[in-house]
Amino acid sequence: MDNAIKMQAKNVDFFYGKNHALKNVNLDVYANKVTAMIGPSGCGKSTFIRLFNRMNELVLHTSFSGKIFLDDLEINSPLVDAVDIRRRVGMVFQKPNPFPKSIFENISYGLEVNGEKDKQFIEERVIESIKKAALWEEVKDRLKESALKLSGGQQQRLCIARCLAVKPEVILFDEPCASLDPISTGKIEELILELKKDYTIVIVTHNMQQAARVSDSTAFFLLGELIEFGKTQDIFTKPRDSKTEAYITGRFG
Amino acid sequence: MKKDFSQNLGFLGLFLCMVVTLLALGAIIYFIAVRGIGVLNWNFLTQVPRSAMTAGGIAPVIVGTLYITFGAIIVALPLGLASAVYLCEYSPKSVVVNIIRISINNLAGVPSVVFGLFGLAVFVKFFGFGVSIFSGSLTLGILALPMIISSAQEALIAVPQSIREASLSLGATKWETIKKIVLPTALPGILTGVILSIGRVAGETAPILFTAAAFYTRGYPKSIFSEVMALPYHIYALMTEGAHPDKQRAIAYGCSLVLLFLVLFISGFAIFLRQRQRSLHG
Amino acid sequence: MKRLRFKEKLYKWIFTILAFASLFFLVGIVLVLIKEGLPIFQKVSFTKFVFGRFWYPTYNPAEFGILPLILASVWVTLGAVFVCVPLGIGSALYLNELAGPWQKAILKPIIELLASIPSVVFGFFGMVVLTPFLQKIFHLPTGLTALNASIILGVMATPMVCSLAEDALNYVPNTFREASFAVGATRWQTLTQVVIPAAGSGISTAIILGMSRAIGETMTVLMVAGGAAVIPHTFLEPVRPMTAAIAAEMGEAPMGGSHYHALFAIALILFVITFLFNIIAEIISRRFRIKLGLSG
Repeated sequence: MDNAIKMQAKNVDFFYGKNHALKNVNLDVYANKVTAMIGPSGCGKSTFIRLFNRMNELVLHTSFSGKIFLDDLEINSPLVDAVDIRRRVGMVFQKPNPFPKSIFENISYGLEVNGEKDKQFIEERVIESIKKAALWEEVKDRLKESALKLSGGQQQRLCIARCLAVKPEVILFDEPCASLDPISTGKIEELILELKKDYTIVIVTHNMQQAARVSDSTAFFLLGELIEFGKTQDIFTKPRDSKTEAYITGRFG
Repeated sequence: MKKDFSQNLGFLGLFLCMVVTLLALGAIIYFIAVRGIGVLNWNFLTQVPRSAMTAGGIAPVIVGTLYITFGAIIVALPLGLASAVYLCEYSPKSVVVNIIRISINNLAGVPSVVFGLFGLAVFVKFFGFGVSIFSGSLTLGILALPMIISSAQEALIAVPQSIREASLSLGATKWETIKKIVLPTALPGILTGVILSIGRVAGETAPILFTAAAFYTRGYPKSIFSEVMALPYHIYALMTEGAHPDKQRAIAYGCSLVLLFLVLFISGFAIFLRQRQRSLHG
Repeated sequence: MKRLRFKEKLYKWIFTILAFASLFFLVGIVLVLIKEGLPIFQKVSFTKFVFGRFWYPTYNPAEFGILPLILASVWVTLGAVFVCVPLGIGSALYLNELAGPWQKAILKPIIELLASIPSVVFGFFGMVVLTPFLQKIFHLPTGLTALNASIILGVMATPMVCSLAEDALNYVPNTFREASFAVGATRWQTLTQVVIPAAGSGISTAIILGMSRAIGETMTVLMVAGGAAVIPHTFLEPVRPMTAAIAAEMGEAPMGGSHYHALFAIALILFVITFLFNIIAEIISRRFRIKLGLSG
């Protein structure tokens, strides 16, 4: 790996109440690469990714220990504001979650809350983001229509565009294709490969083929533990751990 | 056989309960509509009362009801909305929240005449606002507060958590998320609750007995510190005060029909809106 | 570095403070009732006030015994319960178990709409329609009686009891019904032996809240109960429930006089009664939700 480390988790433990959801996880995310997290449901991969933009703070009765770095910044330091972290680390969710607003407003929203007032700039950035999310041809004539009228796949690309508009440094994808059909899934995967030129990407998926297709490195989680982490090619062709092998050959999960 | 018999008898009983309920309530509407319709005409709705309440119209009475009702909503809406936002968006589950929740439930159960006494002692006497639209609106506003809170809470809970997360993930602060995403999304539901409360408040009598209502005022109210005639109180007063019970009774029918129509129309509209919202959002 | 986000904190504080409005008003009501009500107990003892048989607030010397008013409230409320419990719960069972989806979609909003009819309209109806009717069939000197008030109050509380009971029935999981049908029970047996017991505490909550509403209701009893402040012996006599006494007499009671304080003391007692009803309803409904595995 010749890339710099963009994000880094060190000795991360996480609890839901008494449930030990993540156990001493250490992991590096490389800049301009796609890092995939796989594992059976309930293994902690989604919980883990939500630590990278401090989304788990919204859940009650949780506790966290360890350190997570964004470049050199420790994001959980009491001196750091979660809002600032989220502006640098964007997220695309499992289910498309557009706002009940127009397509245009969905994307301009992030710019507005970040203090952007220049109308011209906002409009250019909105269009640029929609184009980058490969949605332009489908929506260029209906930017004023409600985003809720789009299909599921279109909504998810809209959510990606919404995320791109604020130009984060890292984008977290939390099972972005879980509720989509194969054609939409294909489009999103293409998009992820395209986006890694400009962004650092982390993707959680329960679909191993997807991880194999889009990622550069892969982390395998089981029952809250990081079992194995390495180049995607290595994980899928010569896994070191027998549990990883069992999972990728479909013996459980 | 025996099983079937008791079942049929039981089901018949339940059916009769439903029928009797609907008939009893329907009869009330029917009687008032049939006897009140003859009194209603354009003059009745647009003119001021004349000849010691035995002739003329009830326009100032209708206007008075509208003033007090909207005054009450102006009082209750900001407080109620803020309470609901606090309970749904800000508060972690805690003792404080439980205390507030129990207060709301109990405030909703306080008899309306007790609100009237509270208004009398505090607004009319202590603050010296007198028997006025202002005192009456404040009193009714407190009465409407629990209704507004619970309907606003229902509307806020219906906003999917996922779009709150989406907003926060874009670097919006909590307040920005509430102001720009949560409240606009919940707005239709909140408005429905407000309309429903308007219907309830418009028909309340006991709280305005000593805080706002007068049997007779000359013409329309002049300021928010004037006494005011209001439909529900007017019906009561026409039936129990004054010197010409027979002539007053006809007017009371007219007032009852107007009030009934007003309240059923407003509430019906709100219920219709809510049914539609529910079916839209699954 | 970290911004202070002054605005965020400010808004949080504003909402927190405003959220206390309900508590503030509830406490305010209690304080006002205590401040204006307690002075009467310097004139008459609490027991004499509550158990005194004579309510002559304007005589000289005045008598402040509210037993007739309390009994009137109790009679009228119990009478109303006889009307609204069978009708309300029967209708709720009909809606929940027998009505088809189409009927339900129409009847539920109608019931809710009927719940919004103002109490003064009920009172008016009682005066002009029910009063002459009762007078005729029972050959009474006046039709304004406890019976009249009970019927009107009962009909008035029925939609509310029905809605609340229907909600409780809705919480009963369908798996309960299916399990009962699976062992060969009829619909009626399922209803009486599975569904009603399962929803029992939810239904009791509905009844208690209905009673609470009836005992606190003012305009209807003021208009149709007849207003005589004497201890009732039959349902066919005029009575003066507590709420009616407050509403009818407050206008004439001189501010700060004993009568004024006595009326506030009645309101205080009324408040305590409804408060207890609400607390009991709250406790029962919480247990109900826990029993059915819903979050408390």
